[in-house]
Amino acid sequence: MNISDNNPQTAIHCESVSKKYGKILALKNISFDVKQGEIFGIIGPDGAGKTTLFRILTTLILADSGIASVDGFDVVADYKEIRNRVGYMPGRFSLYQDLTVEENLEFFATVFNTTIDENYELIKDIYIQIEPFKKRRAGKLSGGMKQKLALSCALIHKPSVLFLDEPTTGVDPVSRKEFWGMLQKLREQGITILVSTPYMDEASLCDRIALIQNGQFLRIDTPENIVGQFADILWAAKSDNMHKLLEDLRNDEQVKSSFAFGNSIHVTVENGQLTVDSLKKYLIERGHNNIEIQSIEPTIEDCFMELSNTQI
Amino acid sequence: MKQLFSFIRKEFHHILRDKTTVMILLLMPVIQIVLFGFALSQEVKDTKVVVLANTSDDATRRIIDRVDASEYFDVAVVAHNSNDIDAAFRDGKAKLAMVFEDHFSENLKHIGKAHIQLIADATDPNAATSFMFYASNIITNYQQELSPTQTNSGLIMPEVKMLYNPQMKSAFNFVPGVLGMIMILICAMMTSIAIVREKEMGTMEILLVSPMRPIYTILSKIAPYFVLSVINFATIMLLSVFILKVPIAGSFISLLTVSLLYIFVALSLGLLISTLTSSQLAAMLISGMGLMIPVMLLSGMIFPVENMPAFLRFLSNFVPARWYIDAVKTIMIKGLGISSVLKDVGVLVLMGTVLVTISLKKFKVRLE
Repeated sequence: MNISDNNPQTAIHCESVSKKYGKILALKNISFDVKQGEIFGIIGPDGAGKTTLFRILTTLILADSGIASVDGFDVVADYKEIRNRVGYMPGRFSLYQDLTVEENLEFFATVFNTTIDENYELIKDIYIQIEPFKKRRAGKLSGGMKQKLALSCALIHKPSVLFLDEPTTGVDPVSRKEFWGMLQKLREQGITILVSTPYMDEASLCDRIALIQNGQFLRIDTPENIVGQFADILWAAKSDNMHKLLEDLRNDEQVKSSFAFGNSIHVTVENGQLTVDSLKKYLIERGHNNIEIQSIEPTIEDCFMELSNTQI
Repeated sequence: MKQLFSFIRKEFHHILRDKTTVMILLLMPVIQIVLFGFALSQEVKDTKVVVLANTSDDATRRIIDRVDASEYFDVAVVAHNSNDIDAAFRDGKAKLAMVFEDHFSENLKHIGKAHIQLIADATDPNAATSFMFYASNIITNYQQELSPTQTNSGLIMPEVKMLYNPQMKSAFNFVPGVLGMIMILICAMMTSIAIVREKEMGTMEILLVSPMRPIYTILSKIAPYFVLSVINFATIMLLSVFILKVPIAGSFISLLTVSLLYIFVALSLGLLISTLTSSQLAAMLISGMGLMIPVMLLSGMIFPVENMPAFLRFLSNFVPARWYIDAVKTIMIKGLGISSVLKDVGVLVLMGTVLVTISLKKFKVRLE
């Protein structure tokens, strides 16, 4: 047994967890620890294995191999204990659409052997925003309100660990921002949060993140460290013909990698290999006009692209 | 316990807010009873008869009067030639024709033998058989009255008596059948759909990751449909007693007991289906194809079990409705006590126990 199993500071412990669906390897040798009171983000594209990992940790499915524990309880042997103490918000909106906001909350409160009054303090900040609509059926709520209701329902029993599987998918940017604000507040209450998201910009809001692709963790670290480890030079390039620009950049042997990124192309160049001017010259030779090349700070997404590139 | 009650209340909310479904579920027995009772009636009652008697005499008049007076027939057309009979059949004015030979009465008296031709519209063969049977019966009765002393002639007059259902009212047959079908439909189909819906909606995931015991989930899913079934049972009983005039000949308590047992079997069937499927559509197809059709075809509701080929008769043993319908007929129509249906009760108890055991074993505490 791992030492961290007995360490009360470890909320989630995961060791060499693998899971196969038929021939497809959904999770490959996943190991990580989440400290109590930490917001830990699992960042990766759709189909990377995020939901599978969440389902293993919430005792919904069994891993093929490896050990995992939540709050010191084994996900296989002590699954009942885990179900008593965690909160889980699945990726899909999973509340009863034909029940009202209040009825949903009341139902989940009794399911978890508690009442709304008992833990009202915990959900107050979130619930107060949807309380004016408490007689409305959940199916008739907007995306942001549905998500707040789902979070209230997942929190109503004051869980020690909260599992949020893509909570902000399909939610407007304002609500997303609000949502992350709420998570910070919950952390202050000592609740451990494991959250997954396909949005790289949300990664910087976590204490630590794991970048996941094709069922494998690329790196686990704080967002700052991950960005800090980006060793290369990063430029954002623009020209009149973006499509040709990407092609030409990829044909340049001195350019390490280039990806379309919003309305520019992010170009990584190994240190000392190439200067902005020489790249400009190369591009002018290729017939590009209005070339703009700026040096920029790397984001999590750049790191993700970089890391997933080296994996291949 | 509070968990359970809260869960059950939630289930009632689900059902009561889906107004269309509730209406369908509550009106279905009424519609079925009305359909079977009046529209699809197989019983012979006031069937239109066309008669052709070229020589109007004492004997023909008497027979025609008797036929007309019986509750089965109604002499609607008096034909003058065979074309009239054809026309009557074609226009649907008659289902049965009685053609007396010329000099019927004279022949009967002097030769001791006279002929009546019975022609029935056999588009519905079962009905045609019944017409023939009733008509021959009336004629035979008359013949017997004519020569009551002729017992030594070796002529055996069969006297047919329709036991328990002297008028051959089809209600006696279809009321148990409708009961058997509605219960399966509501209990098995609706319960399985209700449980599978939670899986499909993703709410099952949350319920599983909670302290809620699986048995509570099952009980609360079952509860509303149990109530609905009891309401439907009451509706069917009231309709059959007061509208169809099918009395409950035996003990109501026995009938209720057997029905509750059958509801239990049907609910456990629904539970089993829900553990085997993961989409509402699949649950509906399985309960529709897998339950409704056997209930209709193999339970004895439409085709008597005794007349089935050996293989189908063997299969019918596994259809719970077959045993239930048999028990209801025995108690409700024949008026016998619960001791006469011990076999049916035993089979149903066995089925229920096996089904519940399997489905509880199979009910997953995880997603896969």
